[in-house]
Amino acid sequence: MSFESAMARLGGTSLSVGSIEACSIAKGETLADTVRVVSGYADAIVIRHPKEGAARLAAEFATVPVINAGDGAGQHPSQTLLDLYTIRQSMAIDKIDVALIGDLRYGRTAHSLASALSLYNARLHTLSPKGLELPVTLAAELCDKGMDIVEHDNINEIIRDVDVLYVTRIQRERFPDSASYFNVASNYRITPELLCGARSHLIILHPLPRIDEIDPRVDELPYARYFEQSRNGVPVRMAMLMEVMQ
Amino acid sequence: MKNSDAAENEGLLVRRIKNGTVIDHIDGGEALNVVKILGITGTTHEALSIATNVPSRNMGCKDIVKLTNRELSKEEVDRIALISPRATINIIRNYKVCEKKGVEIPKIIEGLVKCPNPGCISNTNEPIRSKFEVLPKGLHCHYCDWVITRDLTSHII
Repeated sequence: MSFESAMARLGGTSLSVGSIEACSIAKGETLADTVRVVSGYADAIVIRHPKEGAARLAAEFATVPVINAGDGAGQHPSQTLLDLYTIRQSMAIDKIDVALIGDLRYGRTAHSLASALSLYNARLHTLSPKGLELPVTLAAELCDKGMDIVEHDNINEIIRDVDVLYVTRIQRERFPDSASYFNVASNYRITPELLCGARSHLIILHPLPRIDEIDPRVDELPYARYFEQSRNGVPVRMAMLMEVMQ
Repeated sequence: MKNSDAAENEGLLVRRIKNGTVIDHIDGGEALNVVKILGITGTTHEALSIATNVPSRNMGCKDIVKLTNRELSKEEVDRIALISPRATINIIRNYKVCEKKGVEIPKIIEGLVKCPNPGCISNTNEPIRSKFEVLPKGLHCHYCDWVITRDLTSHII
């Protein structure tokens, strides 16, 4: 929806493929064919797809620019640009301490943000349930780039040491039953009490939607920036669309 | 037994071919994987000889593959470098070695290895071949960024 809002504000229009059930993909059309067809209808393609690498494939077959708006558990680069913009509004990004909390294995926003932060000499603190840690290949790549990654197993260890708390949703379907989900998720919940002793300039970000990861009482605290972050999605995506279509 | 007889008998193990390709200095035990990489299957009509664990002065033991009446291209044989970088290729014409070359690790591998990531777009019905960049740390999937760091042969298509 944020890309549609961005396009509208630029004075353009957008065509939404909508649900997969309602389009040619449901009839068995390949993504390669879909993007070749849509290339004839639009000046740019914004794609969100459940498979990793889908946007790269789309870019190979499309004749118009393609923006990756999320590919499976892979990357979400447009989200990262607005994340960086939101951080930049509060502080210089260089050498900051950023905590990534939640599902870091399948959380594509975390993957892209971690990669981008490696360009700023940021130190990464990670906290995730067992089995949902940062992918080994990504962690190795970040280490190769000289990034300092500190793994934690308790949320209390992190709060006092970071400038940015990036919280992601832990998906219920990753757990065998609801009881195990709630048991794990409760250990990653951000509450006002937990934030006692946090750095005064700490900001809390979340790509949204949130479920239970952040207590609604945190919304009132100066640390909460996730709705501002969400709003930033529009101008940042306007800039992206302008950039690729010019 | 005369020396020449001994040589002749040894020759029976890996008989000379009149025309075709001899892949020598394959790492011991890798010959069957080499054949798999080259896409040579049971339906190949040409004679195929495979010798494994042949004593070698430089390598300890080596494998040899001989394929008659087919000259492999550089692109084909370079794929072998992934599992056996010391392999040498001899193109044989009328029993003589007409070309002798080593293998070079290619920068890009297409259609040879299946991406182990079940969520990768290359594992769907899209009209693409798998594509990997060959990096010092392993094979990097062009589509999903997965890196294969070990047990490469089990991923060969």
